[in-house]
Amino acid sequence: MNFWNTFAALFSNFGALTWQMVVMWGIGALLIYLAIVKKMEPSLLLPMGFGAILVNLPASGAITQGDTVGPISALFEAGMSNELFPLLLFIGIGAMIDFGPLLEKPWLMLFGAAAQFGIFFTLFLAGFFFDMKDAASIAVIGAADGPTAIFVANTLKSQYLGAIMVAAYSYMALVPIVQPPVIRLLTTQKERRIRMPYEKGNVTQLTKILFPVVVTVVAGLVAPASVALVGFLMFGNLLRECGVLNSLSETAQNVLANLITLLLGLTVAGQMTADKFVRPDTLLIMALGLVAFIFDTAGGVLFAKLLNLFLPEGKKLNPMIGAAGISAFPMSGRVVNKMGLAEDNQNFLLMYSISVNVSGQIASVLAGGLILSLMA
Amino acid sequence: MLHLSSWMTTLPMMLIGMTGILLVIGFLVLVVMALNCLTRRK
Repeated sequence: MNFWNTFAALFSNFGALTWQMVVMWGIGALLIYLAIVKKMEPSLLLPMGFGAILVNLPASGAITQGDTVGPISALFEAGMSNELFPLLLFIGIGAMIDFGPLLEKPWLMLFGAAAQFGIFFTLFLAGFFFDMKDAASIAVIGAADGPTAIFVANTLKSQYLGAIMVAAYSYMALVPIVQPPVIRLLTTQKERRIRMPYEKGNVTQLTKILFPVVVTVVAGLVAPASVALVGFLMFGNLLRECGVLNSLSETAQNVLANLITLLLGLTVAGQMTADKFVRPDTLLIMALGLVAFIFDTAGGVLFAKLLNLFLPEGKKLNPMIGAAGISAFPMSGRVVNKMGLAEDNQNFLLMYSISVNVSGQIASVLAGGLILSLMA
Repeated sequence: MLHLSSWMTTLPMMLIGMTGILLVIGFLVLVVMALNCLTRRK
């Protein structure tokens, strides 16, 4: 009798399985599918998808159960609750970005600012459904920038971190699907065919070195709450541009960024437990995330159209470049270039669109900081 | 539960946020233009 009881106890965990957990397995499988088959942000969606399955097994030892600390929960405490992982990742991202073309034409930075409209509009909308801290965290999905979304949601202690992360990274991967219809809706074919010949400017190494320092000082004075985020991004860029720390720059771009990305996906998945994720709020967050991306795109395009009202014929801007102000780098820049070529196979917008895209990276971090300052 | 009066808080935040980011980025544009002028190769 004891033998059968002991044997049956081996399978008692099956009884603890809930339908919500099975739903999470489905979501995990979907993320893995999107990562492998559709190649959508695989470095993040794959660990997140696998992690979602891992933490949604009954009494999963991967997360804390009672007094027993699970490794993913330990990783969360070590690297997420103190915002360490997103900050370290930003060193790597900063080291990857070449601000040179943007510094040649600094006025392109204005599009990065305009394309943050989705964040603030979503804050306005989300405020009707969520309390202010959660609404602000959800709005930052529109930053199209995972580390910033994590940083703000963590700082504001949002209970929706898992859903916010899934929305942020999913929509970043879906930029080629989300942006083109919005751009087409807001522009005429004539506008999309506007050519913008690129003339290379001159930027000295000294400017490239001073730029990250200046941005950090300005951002720190305006939005001190996010100075770590801007500072780590700019520190990474300074490593790249200083010219004397090439091996550190390469380590930041490759080893550090890969290592943190690996842990980040799994750690975020620790927040995707069925009890936190399978609820109507998650669908609402996904919908608001889409709104954020749409209005970011619209903000950039409409700003370019506004500028065109004051520019003489022959100097008009192709309004599509405004859409690249969303920070999803480099997908958004590529999408705009591809759309330009689809309208006119000699219309090369890549240098402009990538420069605007890079400016979106700075602007999204600043917008996250402004949100934190406004919430303080 | 709907927070119907939230717009009284979020609308000013939206306006201040957008104005703020345009001003900060505008300032950065001016700083970079100044840096480009000051460090231009002769």
